[in-house]
Parts: sequence; C-alpha cells; structure tokens
Amino acid sequence: MTRPIRFLLDGEIRELPADTDPTLTVLNLLRYHLRRTGTKEGCAEGDCGACTVVLGELSEDTVRFRAVNACILFAPMLDGRALFTVESLGREGHLHPVQQAMVDSHASQCGFCTPGFVMSLYAAQREGAATDAANLKDVLAGNLCRCTGYGPILAAGQAMGPDSHAADLPALTTALAALQPTEGLALEHKGRRFFAPRSADDMAAVLEAHPEATVLAGGTDVGLWVTKQHRDLATIVSLNEAADLRAIDEFGDTIRIGAAVRYADAHATLARLHPALGELLRRLGGLQVRNLGTLSGNIANGSPIGDMPPALIAAGATLVLRKGRVRREMPLEAFFLAYGRQDRQPGEFIEAVIVPKIPTGRIFKIAKLSKRFDQDISAVCMGLSVGVEAGQVTDARIAFGGMAATPKRATAAEAALTGRPWTAETVEAAAEALAQDFTPITDMRASADYRLEAARNLLRRAFLEVAGAASSVRDAEAVAYG
Amino acid sequence: MADSGAGVRALPVLNTPIGHDSAPRHVSGEALYIDDIPEPPGLLHLYAGQSAHAHAKVTKLDLSAVRAAPGVVAVLTPADVPGKNDISPFAGDDPLFAEGEVKFLGQPLFCVAAETLPKARAAAALAVVEYEDLPALLTADAALAAGSFIEPSQRMILGDARAAIAGAPHRASGHLQVGGQEHFYLEGQVALVIPGEGDDLHVWTSTQHPTETQHILARVLGCQDSAVTVEVRRMGGGFGGKETQSVQWAAMAALAAKVTRRPAKIRLDRDDDMALTGKRHDFEIDWELGFDADGRVAGVAFEFASRCGFSADLSHAINDRAMFHADNAYALPAAEIVSHRTRTHTVSNTAFRGFGGPQGMMAIERALDAAALQLGKDPLDVRLANLYGIAGDLTPYGQTVTDAVIHPIMTELAASCNYRARRDAIQRWNAANDHLKRGLALTPVKFGISFTTTHLNQAGALVHVYTDGSILLNHGGTEMGQGLNIKVAQVAADAFQVPLASVRITSTRTDKVPNTSATAASSGSDLNGMAALDACEQIKARLAAWARAKWGHDPVFTADGVQVGADRFSFRDFVNQAYLARVSLSAAGFYKTPDIHYDRATHKGRPFYYFAYGAACSEVVVDTLTGENKVTRVDILHDVGRSLNPAIDLGQIEGGFIQGMGWLTTEELVFDAKGRLTTHAPSTYKIPTAGERPDVFNMAIWQPGESRENTIHRSKAVGEPPLMLAISVFSALTDAIASVGGHRVMPNLDAPATPERILAAINDVRRRADG
Repeated sequence: MTRPIRFLLDGEIRELPADTDPTLTVLNLLRYHLRRTGTKEGCAEGDCGACTVVLGELSEDTVRFRAVNACILFAPMLDGRALFTVESLGREGHLHPVQQAMVDSHASQCGFCTPGFVMSLYAAQREGAATDAANLKDVLAGNLCRCTGYGPILAAGQAMGPDSHAADLPALTTALAALQPTEGLALEHKGRRFFAPRSADDMAAVLEAHPEATVLAGGTDVGLWVTKQHRDLATIVSLNEAADLRAIDEFGDTIRIGAAVRYADAHATLARLHPALGELLRRLGGLQVRNLGTLSGNIANGSPIGDMPPALIAAGATLVLRKGRVRREMPLEAFFLAYGRQDRQPGEFIEAVIVPKIPTGRIFKIAKLSKRFDQDISAVCMGLSVGVEAGQVTDARIAFGGMAATPKRATAAEAALTGRPWTAETVEAAAEALAQDFTPITDMRASADYRLEAARNLLRRAFLEVAGAASSVRDAEAVAYG
Repeated sequence: MADSGAGVRALPVLNTPIGHDSAPRHVSGEALYIDDIPEPPGLLHLYAGQSAHAHAKVTKLDLSAVRAAPGVVAVLTPADVPGKNDISPFAGDDPLFAEGEVKFLGQPLFCVAAETLPKARAAAALAVVEYEDLPALLTADAALAAGSFIEPSQRMILGDARAAIAGAPHRASGHLQVGGQEHFYLEGQVALVIPGEGDDLHVWTSTQHPTETQHILARVLGCQDSAVTVEVRRMGGGFGGKETQSVQWAAMAALAAKVTRRPAKIRLDRDDDMALTGKRHDFEIDWELGFDADGRVAGVAFEFASRCGFSADLSHAINDRAMFHADNAYALPAAEIVSHRTRTHTVSNTAFRGFGGPQGMMAIERALDAAALQLGKDPLDVRLANLYGIAGDLTPYGQTVTDAVIHPIMTELAASCNYRARRDAIQRWNAANDHLKRGLALTPVKFGISFTTTHLNQAGALVHVYTDGSILLNHGGTEMGQGLNIKVAQVAADAFQVPLASVRITSTRTDKVPNTSATAASSGSDLNGMAALDACEQIKARLAAWARAKWGHDPVFTADGVQVGADRFSFRDFVNQAYLARVSLSAAGFYKTPDIHYDRATHKGRPFYYFAYGAACSEVVVDTLTGENKVTRVDILHDVGRSLNPAIDLGQIEGGFIQGMGWLTTEELVFDAKGRLTTHAPSTYKIPTAGERPDVFNMAIWQPGESRENTIHRSKAVGEPPLMLAISVFSALTDAIASVGGHRVMPNLDAPATPERILAAINDVRRRADG
C-alpha cells in the first residue's frame, strides 16, 4: 500500500515518491529540491516566520488557507493539500495585490523576511481576516522583521484589499476534493518509517504495532527535534490525518477536543468557554504555530512551560488516553509524573482532552508572564479557578507552569483559600503558601526569585482584578489629556 | 515635474519618496541572497568544529574520525592555512581557527568540508577534543578585577570635573548596567566561494565590508589582494554584525575552495550564528553628576567598563564612540570620561548600529533623570537647560558644535505631542491608580557623523554611461536594506537628469571599486553619494568640453533632454554623439570627507564632520505587580538634513527606534556559568514583534533640516541616530517606576528593562521610599 505524497502546487499535482525522507522539511523541499528560493530560512524553529508558506486545506465544501512555517513542516504533511509559496502569487508578470501593497507601503528593507510577511498577509486576505491594526498584529505576530519597525507592513495589510484570487476558489475546491486520499500514507526511507492513518481506530492499530514510534501531531515541537536537535527519528506516526481526531464535540457541560484539533481551530470554542482562554491562545506562538500545533501535543510533550496545561488543569480538564481498543481517562494534572516523564505507555496516545465548561460566577483567571507579550514562552503561567459562595471560597484549583519540573497544582495555596473568606488576607495567605508548593529554578527566562514573587503577585492581582482594582497593561491605551 | 523658473524642468528625483529599488523583487521572492544562488556542481558544504569550553588549553585534538566520516572531503585546521591564521581587522588576535588555546565557548577549532551540510555537521561531532580548563573571565566586572583589557583604559578630559562636581550645589551618582544586543539580521552569516584559474577566487558573501574581506582572505591564503574578488549584491540585514564578523566564514569557505579546488559554501544556522558571532557591547557604568538648582550641569564623571570579548575586533573605536556620546546633546562644562575595554572569554563583541554611542548616551540620560528627580523638576526642563546651542558649544573632545538644532527640535516636539498636558494627566492618573503606573519621557539624540578613524572617511564609485543612454552605477557601499543603492541612484539620475530606470544598480565588487571602507557609521550615502556624484561630474565635464568645442555652448541636462544652445538632444543621442567623437563616458569617482582630524592620544580634535539630531517622546504603562509593561505612545521628530528620500529615511527612523526599543526592553542575552549563551535563537531571544509597535506612533522628519556642511545635496546620515531615540522608552519606564515612590527616590533600573528588572526596581523603590 505504498503510494506517493500528493499535493497541489500552483494548480498542478505534485508527487513525492513513497521513499521520500519523511523528515524532509517543506522548506528544504522548496529551496533545494524544487529550487523555489523565495521561501527563506531564518531560524529553523518556527519562531521567525521567514519561511511562511500557505496551505490550502479542504474543509467541507470550501478551502481554508493556513499560514504555516515550512521550516518545521515535514513533507508528508503536504499530502492532500495545496501549497502556496511566494512564487505562487504573481500572475502574468504582475505582482499580487498583497505584494503590490507591500511595495507601495515601503514595507521591505533588507527583504529577507518579506516573503514570509507576504504569505501571512496572503493567508489573511484569503481567509477574509479583519484588517484593523490589532488583528493584523495578531496575524503577523509569528513574523519577525528586524528592519522596518512593522509600521509599513501593517499599512500594507490595511491596503491589500479583499481576496484577489477568490475566483479560483471553486476550481481549487474541486481539485482538492479530487486529491483527497482514501488510504493512509506509509513511507519508508532508509529504514525510517512514517505512517499517517486516516482514523482514530487505524491510528490506535498502527501505534500498537509500532509502540516506540514518535507520535506526530502539528510538528511544532517534533519538527525541532529534527531541525534543532538533529535527532534521527526511526518511526513516526502522524495523527494529523485522522478525521475523527479533528472533532470538537460538546456533551452537556463538557467539551471534547480531539487530539488532532489545532490551536487555531480550538480558539473560538475555548474563547467561548472563557475569554481568558481565548487570550491565552492568542498569545500562544504565532498564527503559523497555532495553525499546526495542537492542545494535545502541548500536553503530550510534557513541557513544564507549555501554556495550555496550567489553564486546563485549573479548568478541571481530563485526558482520554488510548492504546489499541483500551481507553483510560485521568485528570490532566495526573499525566505529568516528573520532568520529561508522563503517564503514557508505549503504543498509547492522547485521543482527546475533555474540558468542562466554566460555571458562571466562578473566578477564573489565566496569567502568562514572558519577556515579550506575543509569541513568547512563559516564564510563569497561572491558571486559577475559584468558587466563592456567600463570600466563602468553596474550592480552588490553581496550577502553575514554569514553577516546577512539570505543570503542577499549588495544593498548599489551594488549601489556604478553601473554606476561607475571599478576602485580601486569605489571598495573602495563599500567596505565602506558594513557597511550600514550589521551588522554581533560574534560567534564561527568569530567576527563581522573580518566578516565586511574580507567582504570588499573580494571585494578588487576581484578587484585585475581581475587586476591579487591577487591569492588564495590554488593555491600556495612551493617557487621555486636555 | 518641477520648473526651475527658466523654463528648464528638473526631474523630481531628489528629495522624493521613492521606493526601495529591490522592493518588487523582495515581495516576489526573486531577490537573490547568497543561499539562493543556484549551487554550482561539486559544491562543498562547511561546518565549523567548535570549542566546548570558554577558556582552556587544548590538550588533544584528534580529527581522524572526522576525516573518515562519510561524505567528508577535507578537514581544515591551522596547518592548512598557507598565509596567516588571523582574521582580525587590525589587532592580530582573532584566529581563523583556535590553536592550542580556546578563548570562548564556540570558538572554531577546525572546519569540515563535506558533500552535504548534514554530513559536515555529523562529521564535526566526531572530533575528539580534550581540554585543560583555564580561568574564564566571563563578565566585564570579572575582567576588570583581573586587569584583563584589550588596550589601556582611555580618558577624555574637559576641565576639572572632580572639582566642578565637588563644588556644585547638588550632586548625584549611581551605577547602571546596560545589556548587549544580538543583531538578529534575518539572513545569517553566509559565504560562497568559487575558485578560478591559478589562485583567483570569487567570493560571494553577506558582508558590509567587501574590501576588508578581500584583504583578510588574501592574508589568510597568502596570495595577492588582486587574486580575490568579493561581491555583495545585498544582505538580509547587517546592522553592524557583518562589518567584521562575516569575514571568518568567508575565510573558511575561501580556504576550503583553495585546498579542494571545489566551490565551497558556509551558512551558519541561527543558533551557531548567535553563539559564534559578536554582539553589541554590554556596559557597566558608574556616573557622578554635579548640578545647580536649575539642573544645569556643572561637571560629570563617567567610568565605563565594556565587555569586548576575547579579541579586540573594533572595540577600540566602539568604546571611543561611547566616550564621544557620553555628552549626548548636552554641553558639559567639565567632564571626565574614563573607558575600560575589558578582554573576556566570550565571543568578540562588535559593531552594532550606534557603535557604542547608545551606551554612552544612556549614562548621561540616566544622570539627568536623577538630577531632575532630586530637584523635583520635570526632566524635560533639565534636558532643555543643558542643550548645545543653549548651554554651550564645546564637546569634551574639543570639537565645537556649530550646527546645534536640538533645542528647536525638542521644543517643537514637546508642543506637537502635548508633552506638558500629558505630564499633568499622567500625574493625576498615577495618583488615582495603584496597580498600573504610567511614565513619560522626551529625550534628544545628537550623533556624530564620520568614522572616528579619519582615514576611513573615503569612498569610490564607478559610473559607466553606455551609448544607448543607460547608466551602470557601482560604488563601494553595500546594500543591507537601508536603501543606499536607491539614494545613490537618485544622485546619479539627478546629475544626468535621466529617469531612475536608466540607472542600473549593480552589486558591490572589489574589482570595480577598490579600497573602500565598510558600509557603516551611517556614512553610506554621505560618502558613496558624493563619490558617485564626482564620477558623474567628471563625465559631465568631458561632455561639456566636447559640447563647447562643437557648438560653443555648455550643455544643460534637463528632464526633457540635453539643451545645448538652441538645440535639444535626447540624452541617448547626446552621449552617442559624444562616443562617436571619442569622449570617454566612464569615470571613477572619489570622495574624502574634508576638515576632520583627531588625535587619539589626547582624545581631542574634530572627529565629526557634522551631527545628526532627533528627539522622541515615549509614554509607557507598567504593571507594578509583575513588571509587565507597554509603550502606549511614541512621537518622533528627526533631523535628516534635506532628505534625499523621505520614504527611505522614515523607514530608517522607525526601524531604528523599534530596534533600540528592543535593546532596552525585551532583548536579553543570558550566558550561563560556563560561558555558554543560553539565548541563542528567537525562542529565547525576543526581538520586537508587530505587537510591540506602539498603537500611537507619530513620526516626522524635521522640515527645516538642512546640513550646514556640504554633504550630498545637504542631506544627513540616518542609519544609526534613530536607534537612540528609544532611550526615551527607558527613561519613561524609569519615570513610571519612580512614581511608585512618589518620585522621591531614583529607580535603579538596568537595561534591558525586562519585567523581572522592572519589578525588582519597583520593589527597591518601595523599600527606599518607605525607609
């Protein structure tokens, strides 16, 4: 059942043979195999956006356009999709309106980041994204420019106009529909194997047969194992193509998010659960990362500084793990055993995350501290969910990232709150108790002292926010005067 | 089209917002960078084997496994260097490959040339290296204590600063740390070398300094300079990081090409680029200020210690420039500026936009903020009272400031941005809010223009006029995004009054224009514009002599063609006739900046031809519980003289400001105890994103601007000066933090002002204000 990887490029079907190295990145495919050198390597870790390309994905009866980082995208992940690069945009010797807007706005200086910005704006234009400055800043948060200061690029985004390739959409939809594979992908390159089953059941079976395989979702972490750590991955099983793992289902008071659901696709649902979850996702990576990365991957990699676990632990989320036909469910916090070690058996994978709805009236806060607001990894991240009835704390779930070797609940702080009146004194006691919960480390993101103090202050700030006495600098505008 | 009044129309090519010449190629992906050039057959890929220790004797270096690894064609070591194993610009202390002793973690020991990059990298990892550790000095303070320097400490003295401070009615002093900065050009270091006949080499490299690359490669290879041709079409950003630090990689590729007789390419990935190449110098600054009740400075004493890294590189001149800018825009009646240049076991720090100037300015701006706080005065008033043009005109290095326009710029900006009203509003707002605090600051920039090493202030250009009227323009400057080529093309198009489309911009090559200086010190258009103009004028003079002899009239170049008496010719027809009359239509232009001199022994002279000025007002808000912060509004008024190209200049102003803001806020370089840079990729080193750009960002070129000196069409340099406008952000953050203590105690805020440093400064202010 070997078949080639098949994708669309500039309207034509391209095939990569079944012995293609599955860890060949799309960036290297473009630059060194297809000689399309407009797409640049800036960092090879998905943090600068110079390699941004756009994937067209069939979504029911239309096509979704996603800006992604080609540097950490493995070639098999193109299967069944349309790839657009900066070379795809011009028609008959004319620049595309996005490109022309960039020229007219003086939005390129050295030009090296420019193709990436063009592609991010192109995706936004095709998706009909809002072009107010605030939204453009989100759209472009994953693209670094060192020359312009961004003003001219934002101006180009505001001037680029509506989707200028809209007329192509029906043909593209038809072509993509015709391209959709019916069978999973199985590649082998010099002993390195890659499987992309097309259902959760197939996924479970393949992984059971290859229990030591690396599980690949969006690749925004695993991609770096190859591009940064130069690791040799023997067997990779991608859950990216399993349609039933892409589902978001609501069951009463819970929402079940499948393992292949990408941040971008979960964003609206989670923002509806609570605006703080929406804001957290807005700040998670750049859009290119959110277009590939998954909630489950953020959990499964076990990082102590993943953004989602503290918030989801506070929310009371549970995990569904699956091995073959056997499923088990556990509270999210129980999954993290120690640094680099999670409660996942060989052959097992996270099938879904179940997030309870947050009852109205509950205090729910998420705070992320980092050197830079957008597209940064947290130094400290807090999720807090506190029930208060008649002025008394009924229960508290507080979890922190960046404070220990794993995402972890602050049980002493929770105990200091529970059963006490919701007052500044109680919160102060909880803040003090954090020293029992955590002995953070010093690293390049923050010192141990700052982490502990800031964590305490996040509790204090949460109290002030509830009282209306604190607000985010994010929301502050220039002072009113005169 | 402009009408000059006599019926002769001039092309609107100068002082016009014309786009970057490469913009259509940038946006389409057609612009070629070195890694985009089709790879020649037989190309070898290089990877440098690196030291794992900061300072150690290399007791064993066994490369046999490296040589035996699959795909390896050559392994290069000092033994393969036919010339001198040194890539330093002048000091002789920067080996291509470390030999016997390693002096920073990451220092190249050898280089693998293999059929593919992954094979070269994998092979390099097979080296067996044994070390015997030596004491490693990792910080400026450690090197200072150990007496480790790249040169003797320098002193710049004006008057008796100590006596002036002691005798002043008020005094303040303090210490300030200023962090370094990674260039983070988006295109990393890269070079491609193709060997030619004999010892000829053609070198494509991403460098700001083709001539120095040529000279050093010849020195390493033991060949004549004339054998090496260095070519640069464009860089994907430079910012000073490719002035000297590009040479090592080009030299490795050249050596590999020479040894193997095959083309060779080296391209550093982001992590290696950040770990293996130098950065902006971090500074430790002690300052002491004496001043009167109005905040007028009586005397100032600065003691700087910078971390130069393991070699001198350009640190002499960089630290000199810090001293030159310790006055910023202020006339200091007495000054003592001491500068220690420490040699450490870290990567060799280098040029970075501002070249030491920003660190020097930070010192005086901190001191004036402290003086204002101590007097309970608005810092703006203290700044205004001390400006050149108001308080005096003599710099600490003996140059008289004759072009001070900073007072009108600052007062205009204060009015246009409603500084006073906002100051009041912020005071009221802060009184009513405990959790968030706001701050405001309006700071000046005065930046000296010229290389302070006088002989570097020269440039060449080559202009060919072809018989079809097209013009080929070449000059010694390099294009790194700053718009140099379009500005010089504007100068040439204006000289001949031909459309810009007639002027072809070509790559910079050492075989076309020799013996050039780095494209640095903001001097690109000043020097190369003048050299190109000289070449054009030479050709025009020949044309004029010929026309006079033929028609008895001088030709007048106009937008409508060449007017000779009553006759008018198209430019094409005119030059073609000149060709038939055997007039040379090619010229090499030259320019040297006049009237500058400097005696480094006494630190006195006129190092700068003129000064560029600007001012910025920044408003910030700070979270007093976390140190999170945001710049909510910025207003800038900047002097570029008579702008050659306002679009390009505004791009430099905005880009420089945001880059400076990153330096002072989010960009933090962290080395661990072993001397390893732990922030070596964008995941850990955070330059500004679009989100950091303030929502309110008003920026204008100062309209009365006109260079007093005879610069190219009375424009001024713009590359570096705007970076230092961002010091206003740092002062505004300081102001916001001071509000926590009711502006009674001066915050001890260091740079970069990360949330962590801001929170620490807030807590410190609270303690001292309460105590």
